[in-house]
Amino acid sequence: MRAPAIIFLVYWSLSAGAPSAPAADSCVTCHSALEEAEGAKGPAALIKNDVHIAHGLSCADCHGGDRTSDNPDVSMSKAKGFKGKPARTAIPKFCASCHSKPDVMRKFAPAERVDQYELYQTSIHGKRLAAGDTNVATCIDCHSVHDIRPVKDGMSPVHPLHVAETCARCHSDKRKMAPYKIPTNQFEEYRTSVHWEAMTKRGDLSAPSCASCHGNHGAKPPQVESVAAVCGTCHVTFEELYEKSVHKAVFSGVGGGGGCIVCHSNHAIHQPSTAMLVGPNAVCSGCHDAGTAPAQTAAQMAAWIDGLDGALKQSETVLARAEEYGMEVSEAQVRLIDGRENLVKSRLALHAIDPGEMRKPIDAGMAIAKETLAAGQAALREKDFRRWGLALSVILIGIAILAIRFLIRRVETNGKQQGPL
Amino acid sequence: MTERTNLPATDPKNKTLDWLDERTGWRMVRDMADHKVVPIHAGTAWYYFGGITLFLLGIQVITGVLLLLYYRPSVAEAFDSVRFIMTRVEFGWLIRSIHSWSANLLILAAFVHMFSVVFTHAYRRPRELTWLTGIALLGLMLGFGFSGYLLPWNQISYFATKVGTDMAASVPIAGPAIARFLRGGEEVGAATLTRFFAFHVMILPLVTFGLVGLHLLLVQFHGMSTPSGVPPSQLAQMKFFPNFFLRELVIWYGVLAVLGTLAAIFPWELGLKADPFASAPAGIRPEWYFLAEFYTLKLIPSHVWFFEGELLGLLGFGLLAAGWVALPFWATGRNGDQRTRLVTGAGVFLICYLATFTILGYLK
Amino acid sequence: MGTGRNSGATPAIDSGQDRRTVVSWLLGGGVAASLASFFYPVLRFVNPPSISEASVNEVDAGKVQDLKPNSGKIVKFGNKPALLVRINDTEWKAFSAVCTHLNCTVQYRESRHDIWCACHNGTYDLNGRVQSGPPPRPLEELVVQIRGDEVVISRRA
Repeated sequence: MRAPAIIFLVYWSLSAGAPSAPAADSCVTCHSALEEAEGAKGPAALIKNDVHIAHGLSCADCHGGDRTSDNPDVSMSKAKGFKGKPARTAIPKFCASCHSKPDVMRKFAPAERVDQYELYQTSIHGKRLAAGDTNVATCIDCHSVHDIRPVKDGMSPVHPLHVAETCARCHSDKRKMAPYKIPTNQFEEYRTSVHWEAMTKRGDLSAPSCASCHGNHGAKPPQVESVAAVCGTCHVTFEELYEKSVHKAVFSGVGGGGGCIVCHSNHAIHQPSTAMLVGPNAVCSGCHDAGTAPAQTAAQMAAWIDGLDGALKQSETVLARAEEYGMEVSEAQVRLIDGRENLVKSRLALHAIDPGEMRKPIDAGMAIAKETLAAGQAALREKDFRRWGLALSVILIGIAILAIRFLIRRVETNGKQQGPL
Repeated sequence: MTERTNLPATDPKNKTLDWLDERTGWRMVRDMADHKVVPIHAGTAWYYFGGITLFLLGIQVITGVLLLLYYRPSVAEAFDSVRFIMTRVEFGWLIRSIHSWSANLLILAAFVHMFSVVFTHAYRRPRELTWLTGIALLGLMLGFGFSGYLLPWNQISYFATKVGTDMAASVPIAGPAIARFLRGGEEVGAATLTRFFAFHVMILPLVTFGLVGLHLLLVQFHGMSTPSGVPPSQLAQMKFFPNFFLRELVIWYGVLAVLGTLAAIFPWELGLKADPFASAPAGIRPEWYFLAEFYTLKLIPSHVWFFEGELLGLLGFGLLAAGWVALPFWATGRNGDQRTRLVTGAGVFLICYLATFTILGYLK
Repeated sequence: MGTGRNSGATPAIDSGQDRRTVVSWLLGGGVAASLASFFYPVLRFVNPPSISEASVNEVDAGKVQDLKPNSGKIVKFGNKPALLVRINDTEWKAFSAVCTHLNCTVQYRESRHDIWCACHNGTYDLNGRVQSGPPPRPLEELVVQIRGDEVVISRRA
């Protein structure tokens, strides 16, 4: 693939001195002039940022034709293999002509995968396209065209930060989605989720966006059976515990998506709280009526978590107060981090729906809360002790000062008496 | 008090004292103390500040030695050992806080003492050497402050030391060598800590003890300075011992109460452990007694004509310091007259400059 | 000096004598008590504290034979956990066990010969480098020394 470029470079350098030398690349030369005349930004301008150009490829390497000829009839002739603009249905194949060939890709990006086309054919997009539906996404709808940037480029539409918006360009469009009868609120919901927050507010690029769960080239909603497994790619331990729980068998039978999303929903995954376990908005109450044994267990678990959370917060407040008074409590504060970890673990253990499993981190966390609270209270007592000690010491100093002043007066009255003697 | 020597020799206590006197001659010292007098006039109160400075120095020695029991001068352990002192050692917070507060009060007292000498013109012939040893002691105290500041190895002290030694490095010709000597290398690091520790607990104290001895000896030798223009014989006097000493004692007690209060109510902070790879925290500034100089250097534009700004600043400070050190010599005219108004003016100017720039530097 | 002064002074009137006694008491008591209030903290300061180590730079991690090859264990290192790994008979490694992602405690996975954080599935290799998952930085490596049959972990100099 590099060969034509090299040949061209040689040709160009040889003919550089010649008065009638053809311009760098006849495709670019002509199209730039055309675009300028039309006042539109077209392929010739866009390719400056294209990854293919950066790798030494040119228009003709995808579109065919002869870029060395200034004559459009020659350069864009069938004889020279000119393919022109591919039809929408032909785009995946068009890209795949290189991207599915390991031998070609090896020369440019040896670590790059070559199965995108294969995956695409398994996706809903790919299947519909094959059936002649040209409304579905092809390669260029996500990766853009002519200014295709590497995924790691922050301006690429498929960079982790932009994936969701890119999908939403179509999937939030009610008119576009109407024929397929699928909802259009996914992006809206996703933007309220913890995942979006992790991605955009904390800059954690490993946080999931659309493609992390649905796949990218093989995009498709995860099946009911695999939801837990999909979430479990990141939330490993949650999945393990859930697999052991009584809910697993029940949730798998729920229509329209089961597993984790029964309680946590799918796109609008919010910060969980004990309000999910007990109270008017409890997700448990969807199946378990109040007063039944499972509802009571849920209430019990919520009470444990809230109890530990409250105890840890109390310790935190006391330690913060001690710190305000200038007491050194950093060790207890470090210990409190362990307590918080136990709170995290107890929330994790909850997913086994086994009170015995949950008791362990709760007990450990409560012990830490108690210990740090004691440390904070001791620090506050110590502060009082310091103030009292200081007061005592100052009083003693005051007495001593008073006594010395008396002594001075006595010495000096004596001195006067002695003076004349 | 002379009657003590007249007591019958049969008194066993007296016998012991006689025995001791025969071997040590201590009564000579006692007699010296006995004959020491303090003139009484409007400025008598200023005499106390030398004593306050000495007292605070004593506090520094005691608390410093105590801190040595637990402090460890290494990059890995310094911070943790200070935290250990603050949290684990009984009354460690008190000892360290007193050491830190006392250091600050000591420098303040030394400055007051110095300016009182300037405004009462006590530097006059023949007390030039007393002035010079005093100024040298002030320099040593600042050295103690600078070296001691780094020892807890926390974020602020680390960067303050970095800035401080960087300034030294911009001195022409000798600068880089001085900075290298101070840091014990190219960067502030483990070598700097051990070096500063050695300065702080060994080298500076040895020089200080020698100079304090000399300073006191000179004060004793010349007697208390009296205001110019009044013949000393016309002034009322009080005995140094016990009259003046008891008053000084009252003040020392008061200083101690202030120290204890400061330490108990405002314990000295420990901050965060120094991390050489962290970026400098915002608002990095030296201790208040270096603040005026620090702020001045910050105000000077980076280039004045074809001089480097910082260099010009340091040059200015150098000249100012040299002029200040030489004060007793230019304060006396060729025919022996005292340029008291010039000196007072210079003193007022210096106080105004230091006060203004310290406050500005603090507010900045 | 009070006594010395009294002996030489002219006999005083009664009320003066009384006042002197009070002053002497005040003086003696005040000075003694205030000195006591200074020396008490000093004495307590000098008294060795119950925990005699200022900082943890070195920790005894148990006996060599207690940890079999290809296994790891969590050891308390100061106020943070450390992970000691015995790779084979002779090779040992130790790291701070605090995951660089969200401060969970990492563990050694015998089946995969890697270090794993259960919270968000971050994995590190046996040099502490991030292999996969969200951790932004490698684990801090500690030094393992074998002294006789004791395993000692220490901080890097």
